[in-house]
Amino acid sequence: MRAQRKQRLWFVVATLTCVAFAVGLSLYAVSKNINLFFSPTQVVQGKAPKHHLFRLGGMVKKGSIHYADKGLEVSFVLTDYKSDVTVHYHGILPDLFREGQGIVTQGKLNNKGLFVASIVLAKHGSKYMPRVVKEILYKHKGSSHAT
Amino acid sequence: MWTFFYKMSSGRSFYQLSGRFIPFFALASMLLFAYGLVGGLWLAPPDFQQGDAFRIIYIHVPSAFLSLMIFSVMTFCAVLSLVWRIKMADLILQVSCPLGAWFTALALATGSIWGKPMWGTYWVWDARLTSELILLFIYFGVIVLSHTIPEERTAAKASAILTLVGFVDIPIIHFSVNWWNTLHQGDTLKIFSKSTIAPSMLHPLLAMIGAFAFFYGWMCLSRARSLCLLKDKRARWVEELVKSW
Repeated sequence: MRAQRKQRLWFVVATLTCVAFAVGLSLYAVSKNINLFFSPTQVVQGKAPKHHLFRLGGMVKKGSIHYADKGLEVSFVLTDYKSDVTVHYHGILPDLFREGQGIVTQGKLNNKGLFVASIVLAKHGSKYMPRVVKEILYKHKGSSHAT
Repeated sequence: MWTFFYKMSSGRSFYQLSGRFIPFFALASMLLFAYGLVGGLWLAPPDFQQGDAFRIIYIHVPSAFLSLMIFSVMTFCAVLSLVWRIKMADLILQVSCPLGAWFTALALATGSIWGKPMWGTYWVWDARLTSELILLFIYFGVIVLSHTIPEERTAAKASAILTLVGFVDIPIIHFSVNWWNTLHQGDTLKIFSKSTIAPSMLHPLLAMIGAFAFFYGWMCLSRARSLCLLKDKRARWVEELVKSW
């Protein structure tokens, strides 16, 4: 390799390294803000903001969904299998909302420690499979639990 | 291998060789599209969770993949251009840029259309979506920069450097779903472990990614050839080519 080319290659490597380092440090500095939501554990530990809007994410706990007799009022518990936070919401839920589903909500904590949500979004996992396969897997799981 | 790259620095040999590749790229792209579309939209079973709505994956994932792949190709060209001064690398970089921008826009648009029925929103400022949007603006930046500088050599150098700087966004996009919590799902396609998608759904998806990649190769080479003729328009080989028609 000619000396001039070597020099230019060094220039390229140095540029990439410096930019990566700068961007890396910036991202590290703001990484708390890049996370989309707080977990129930963080909320229980008081790491979430007390008096303004934030997002809370977790799984909908089994048997925790309660619909009001009238209207669109609904309450459910979000869990990360360590801590639970009860969420109140008034509005239309996304189609994928169900027990055990990952959910991201946006709202505020009230004085009683309830999370009053204004937006509820559904997260879906990275698994794709036909319904039949899911049923077979589910049955298999069910029978292995029974035995 | 180096002799290949040096040969490619002459417009004439690039024009001749790329002309031979184009029919293969076109054919491969068409065949894969045919299988991917029929397999994805018709043969693949509905998803257990998202039903038929998941089928937009066959456009969304290939476009997103291409948006990253094209920028990586551009970065490779930027290094070739900056270090080895290979002119054809500048050409490829220049013609790839609008293509990459289109694929990025397509990935963002299809993702948005997919997001509304599944997540419940068209847009959320999570790490994956935001970093992909930044990529679109980087593409715009390279396009604008290469067109604002009138002097050819300076324009090529400037866009190569901007491409190099912009490349930092590529790993951020890829790892965003692992480094931070996001609304966007994690990776379904994996290289080092088993993909979390049923084979009947996976095969058309891989075919579509291949189809998109060959389509890019086809478009990129055709556009680079036209640009090559334009730049070498006073050269003797172009004159001879025109006369022979």
